[in-house]
Amino acid sequence: MDLFEYQARDMFEKHGVPVLAGAVATTPEQARAAAERIGAQSGGVTVVKAQVKTGGRGKAGGVKVATSPEEAERLAGQILGMDIKGHTVGTVMIAQGAKIAEEYYFSLLLDRANRTYLAMCSKEGGMEIEQLAVERPDALAKVAVDPNVGIDEAKAREIVAAAGFDAQTGAKIVPVLQRLWDVYHDEDASLVEVNPLVQTEDGAVVALDGKVTLDGNADFRQPEHAALVDTAAADPLEALAKEKGLNYVKLDGNVGIIGNGAGLVMSTLDVVAYAGEDYTGGQAKPANFLDIGGGASAQVMTDGLHIILGDPQVKAVFVNVFGGITACDAVANGIVQALQALGGEEDKPLVVRLDGNNVAEGRRILAEFNHPLVTIEETMDGAAKKVAELAAAAS
Amino acid sequence: MAIFLNADSKIIVQGMTGSEGTKHTTRMLASGSNVVGGVNPRKAGTTVGFPGGTEVPVFGTVAEAMAQTGANVSVGFVPPAFAKAAAIEAIDAGIPLLVIITEGVAVRDTAELYSYARDKGTTRIIGPNCPGIISPGLSNAGIIPADICGPGRIGLVSKSGTLTYQMMYELRDHGMSTAVGIGGDPVIGTTHIDCLEAFQNDPDTDAIVMIGEIGGDAEERAAAYIKDHVTKPVVGYVAGFTAPEGKTMGHAGAIVTGSSGTAQAKKEALEAAGVQVGKTPSETADLMRAIMVQLAQAASA
Repeated sequence: MDLFEYQARDMFEKHGVPVLAGAVATTPEQARAAAERIGAQSGGVTVVKAQVKTGGRGKAGGVKVATSPEEAERLAGQILGMDIKGHTVGTVMIAQGAKIAEEYYFSLLLDRANRTYLAMCSKEGGMEIEQLAVERPDALAKVAVDPNVGIDEAKAREIVAAAGFDAQTGAKIVPVLQRLWDVYHDEDASLVEVNPLVQTEDGAVVALDGKVTLDGNADFRQPEHAALVDTAAADPLEALAKEKGLNYVKLDGNVGIIGNGAGLVMSTLDVVAYAGEDYTGGQAKPANFLDIGGGASAQVMTDGLHIILGDPQVKAVFVNVFGGITACDAVANGIVQALQALGGEEDKPLVVRLDGNNVAEGRRILAEFNHPLVTIEETMDGAAKKVAELAAAAS
Repeated sequence: MAIFLNADSKIIVQGMTGSEGTKHTTRMLASGSNVVGGVNPRKAGTTVGFPGGTEVPVFGTVAEAMAQTGANVSVGFVPPAFAKAAAIEAIDAGIPLLVIITEGVAVRDTAELYSYARDKGTTRIIGPNCPGIISPGLSNAGIIPADICGPGRIGLVSKSGTLTYQMMYELRDHGMSTAVGIGGDPVIGTTHIDCLEAFQNDPDTDAIVMIGEIGGDAEERAAAYIKDHVTKPVVGYVAGFTAPEGKTMGHAGAIVTGSSGTAQAKKEALEAAGVQVGKTPSETADLMRAIMVQLAQAASA
């Protein structure tokens, strides 16, 4: 889960990372009130910052300096509701103004290739880090961090030395990096990025903007993270699927897809997209990703079908199951139960391909059920062709 | 010989007395695996009866189980919150192969246990969040159904469980030396490259199928490795061409961020390394079948 900047700011503050005062507002009036309070600490100057989970908001006009509460209100009115790369701005953060002397960069992330953590640090912050990495790779220090040791004082010194900071500035940054490690470790983050990390004119080192990605697998020991979920942004079908414990991602096509196992479902999306191109001139495309898991029961199959059939864009459904642990007869029973529960309301054709564990029994159950909307196919590629044609014909 | 797992493998199961552990221990025994013990400190000294009359003893610790039985493989079905502690125990005991089946392990826990194992240098880890490893006809450590495909001379390595099963099924006419499900998490103990190296060195493997998916750059690195080190034929498949940017596709590691981690980039890297890449699992199997026929013809010529 990616956090909003204001959530990252609050998390930094909790762990002792120096940040500027900030408050969120969802209306221009709230922005004005926040600017009156926060601006009092910085000569009336505040920064109005769009809260969106994407980069490039500065260029898009989502970050503006206000010299008075009235101006903050007016700017918030402009920024709220703005579209930044497909994200609608629903919240702004009113941040304390700062006189910036220098901008730096720091991030700590998972290094998949080396299966460890990687700290990246540069004296040249503020710009897009991908651009810096390409244009001036020498300016970006990369230091491996042992997951079992973390960023202690010695490691923090190594990082600032590698980035080429002078002794005086480096000494100010070292404790900040140790606190940022606390954020990364204690909050189960997979990314903590500060861009820019700044030195103000009066010599203080402050995290001016932060990006944090949290690991959902750690939710069991991070009960406070549930409150950080952006429920407003979730697709209603995705929310329903999450409630049922299903792994669902909404896409924009017309072929509903259910399968077992993430890899097989991804593969099914691809095979349907190819069949759509080859046999329907692009009229059929996958409408979703839905993984019912490796050991799916009849109930899980029923829940999954309910979600897919609830998507009005879906014109035909492909059920693609390889029974490894999952038994095909359980899957077949789930399909039968779902269709019986829907009764006559169901009008979308289903193409079913079953293989593996108890496949003969699964196919027998479906054959006996003999539902006019259900087609059984022997192969994945054959089923993809069939469902693409059905979806294209109904669209 | 197969890779990592063979007829000499003696398996213990951490979490054997839980429901998943019991279910899959039953299946492992049914497929002929030599399961010599379970680990549960609260049930040490007892035995668990399995269908077919096998009585499997339960030990208090991995170290004790190894000392008593000569076990050299541990398979973990421990719930995510306790998976790291169980793994550390197995690593401390010096188990040569640890297969972590558990899904949903926090990435911090995996990063920590992997670094710990690397520093110790005695334990190979497969997983977490994986179906395990099977050398058909020899041994089965994990949850891969043993009846899909028999022994043969194709090696298979895959991030995805069900695609492993699908590919074994597609190639059941040829059979497998070993199939390894390495898992789809961001940090995994055994990589594509580790398996490619082992298959290259395995006299019982003639050709290799490598299945990848979106996210990270493991496939690109594997492609570079193949180019420099693998002389046996390799056929590839990559899932996730239609996955949108920024959405996790089931596996924690399966996410396209910006231009990195796309299926297209992986396919191109593999093809540049001389690997034939199938468009669908069936087409991939057909490519491998053609290679096996060629190899057979070359051998008889």
